[in-house]
Amino acid sequence: MENDSVAAGVQPVFYQTADEGPAHAGGGTLLGFWIYLMSDALIFATLFATFGVLSTSFAGGPQPRDLFDLRLVGFNTAVLLVSALTCGLAMIAMQQGRLGALRFWLIVTALLGMTFVGVELSEFAHMISEGATPQRSGYLSAFFTLVSTHGLHVTFGVIWIACMLVQLGQRGLQADNRRRLLCLSMFWHFLDVVWIGVFTFVYLLGAL
Amino acid sequence: MSDTLAKAIFGRLSWESIPLHEPILLGTFAVVALLGAVILGAVTYFRLWGWLWREWLTSVDHKKIGIMYIILGIVMLLRGFSDALMMRLQQALAFGADQGYLTAHHYDQIFTAHGTIMIFFVAIPLIVGIVNFVMPLQIGARDVAFPFLNSLSLWLTVAGALLVMASLFVGEFSRAGWLNYVPVANLANSPDTGPDYYLWALEIAGVGTTLSSINMVTTILKLRAPGMTLMKMPVFTWTALCSNVLAIAIFPALTGAFALLLLDRYVGTNFFTNDFGGNPMLYWNFVWLWGHPEVYVLILPVFGIYSEVTSTFCGKRLFGYSSMVYASVVITILSYLVWLHHFFTMGSGASVNSFFGIATMVISIPTGAKIFNWLFTMYRGEIRFELPMMWVVAFMLTFVVGGMTGVLLAVPPADFVLHNSLFLVAHFHNVIIGGVVFGLFAGMYYWFPKAFGFRLDPFWGKVTFWGWVVGYWVAWTPIYIVGLMGTTRRVRHFDDPSLQIWFVIAGIGALIILVGILAFVIQIAVSIINREKLRDTTGDPWNGRTLEWAMPSPPPFYNFAFTPVVHDHDAWYDMKARGARAPTTGYLPIHMPRNTGAGLIISALAMVLGFAMIWYMWWLAMAAFVALLVVSIAHTFNYNRDYFVTPDEVSRAERLGAGV
Repeated sequence: MENDSVAAGVQPVFYQTADEGPAHAGGGTLLGFWIYLMSDALIFATLFATFGVLSTSFAGGPQPRDLFDLRLVGFNTAVLLVSALTCGLAMIAMQQGRLGALRFWLIVTALLGMTFVGVELSEFAHMISEGATPQRSGYLSAFFTLVSTHGLHVTFGVIWIACMLVQLGQRGLQADNRRRLLCLSMFWHFLDVVWIGVFTFVYLLGAL
Repeated sequence: MSDTLAKAIFGRLSWESIPLHEPILLGTFAVVALLGAVILGAVTYFRLWGWLWREWLTSVDHKKIGIMYIILGIVMLLRGFSDALMMRLQQALAFGADQGYLTAHHYDQIFTAHGTIMIFFVAIPLIVGIVNFVMPLQIGARDVAFPFLNSLSLWLTVAGALLVMASLFVGEFSRAGWLNYVPVANLANSPDTGPDYYLWALEIAGVGTTLSSINMVTTILKLRAPGMTLMKMPVFTWTALCSNVLAIAIFPALTGAFALLLLDRYVGTNFFTNDFGGNPMLYWNFVWLWGHPEVYVLILPVFGIYSEVTSTFCGKRLFGYSSMVYASVVITILSYLVWLHHFFTMGSGASVNSFFGIATMVISIPTGAKIFNWLFTMYRGEIRFELPMMWVVAFMLTFVVGGMTGVLLAVPPADFVLHNSLFLVAHFHNVIIGGVVFGLFAGMYYWFPKAFGFRLDPFWGKVTFWGWVVGYWVAWTPIYIVGLMGTTRRVRHFDDPSLQIWFVIAGIGALIILVGILAFVIQIAVSIINREKLRDTTGDPWNGRTLEWAMPSPPPFYNFAFTPVVHDHDAWYDMKARGARAPTTGYLPIHMPRNTGAGLIISALAMVLGFAMIWYMWWLAMAAFVALLVVSIAHTFNYNRDYFVTPDEVSRAERLGAGV
């Protein structure tokens, strides 16, 4: 044992008798939230795998080439990517302690998120009106579930931003709110990464 | 008019949903209702509601949450075991002209409920409970990383268990096997409430388990005492880490698959249907991608328990600490690569089957290494055959047989013969009873004095032990034999009368296990009555080696008055050997989380949401969902979540714990 080399008579320290600081430091929350994001990523992995298995199960129904308007989806992708930028700007404002700028960029992020969800819903409405419903084929079931699960996450992110805005108004930039904003930013960027996968595998590969 | 109104309010729930025509269920309901009334009455009579609410239901203390998980597991064990007895009786009777006493409709629900309950609401809560109680003490932490989340996880699991129990008396449970297989569980084949009860209960409980795992991993990575590097962590904490990492990696697949099946059943999508491009085998892949690693989620922490118990009761440092750690990690990784061996017969071809067959066999290598490590720890140790150590020996003798039949089943050509046979059923009962259950008993006996301050009665403990061990062998050896002869599982009635004797023997074995279970209940009662005689005043009744024994029993709510500093992986043994003494003055303020009822309320709303969805009460589902959202958001507006215990209070609690 390495500690046997301690000189006889010199007792090593066995108990911390000085103040140890808070036992629940914020670092734990960020790690925990990151682990949660990984488990969420696995839910998306499950949905991607389902989409992969059912990607040609058209059951005589419409196929991706008949369904997607790539220009509209491209626009929506751009909206979401810009929202990642504005979310980053919000975090910079937080680091600099500029509450006004932080709130401004959060509102812009939320508006872009709402635009994204709105365009997605109109795309869904159009598809359903043409008979391409989730019930029509295994392929469409997988498509609607994967894309709308992402959309639900964005919606949840928008609700989260709204709550954060109220809490920032009530308490300003204190430690709890800073920690929450960091989690929110991780969540928002995570949604972007997932969308890159959706755009590539569902829309671009589907249009080939 | 009133009919449509009733449909709008109650959905498909009606008087016919209540099984008044089933005398067995009616009798069970009467007993459960009576017991419930007695308990509720007693709580009211002794004016315990306030105490219950303040000290337990709203508690975020990891020790109390752990104990509540264990109580849930034990109660559900009684339910799951009743199902087992009913099946054994049916199979012992139903030969030739005799149809037994259960209809196929009822029997199918029983085997489904038995498996579901035993895995999700017995094994998981008992494991999570022991990890919750022991792990933070072993790493010298005040609590887990997210105390509120811990409370939420517990109550979500309870909500799931209550939904499964509700299916017994209102409506019916799934008949599609413990993993709710499609196509049987598809809407076209099971339009009843059974699969919906199953899916909602497990979706809610599954979220709880995932959150709990995230919590435990963060706790282990972030809240260890100073000096405790990863390779100085106790083996139980290591296996808890592996198990929870694995749980985070697999539960999303289950949650996802169940969500897709719910969409199939509620929205009419075509994921797992037989037409419109659906693919039922996709569901099988997902549930087993969860299911096989899940058995390692259960067995790994139990391997940790065996390690702690063996080392303590042999009075020796564990043999091969590092190899034990690496073996656990290797098992964690390999367990993710074997799921397909549950359906070699799917027809994925020789190469795929070979890969999964070989990967499965390879797992026996790290597991074998563990067995040898325990044996070498015992070798030349001063073995004390106290109750926990007896379970270790029984485990090694029983589990090795189960491991070998597992390797046998991993050979694809052999599996083609034995797939879905009772041989398989005997195999997994061999490893789950002989591995997980025996280990849980070892763990409960080992840490009970830490939790409550007195030991469990040894006489009734021995009756429990012999009941379970002898009962296991008498019950499952005949099932191995008939399985090898080709008898398939999930069968209610047999034609061949020559098989009957084996099922009669198996039934006798189940009755011997019943003796073990009843003795366990008696043991707890006897121990509570004789608690003064069994009292442990030292806090270290077994001459333990890890930090949980470095404090009074039961531990004060803040665990350690002074955070220990770790120099060796048997930290407490090291401290005792070098005469370390905790200071008795100079206490510091301790930072602690506040209790909250939010976890309980959110889980209750989740349960109402599940129940409303099962019965198509759309208005109630909407209301519960909105309430769920509102309460969750409202909870984020509560910033007052922690407080400091003053040095005076710590000083008082410490003197109380030391018996001064």
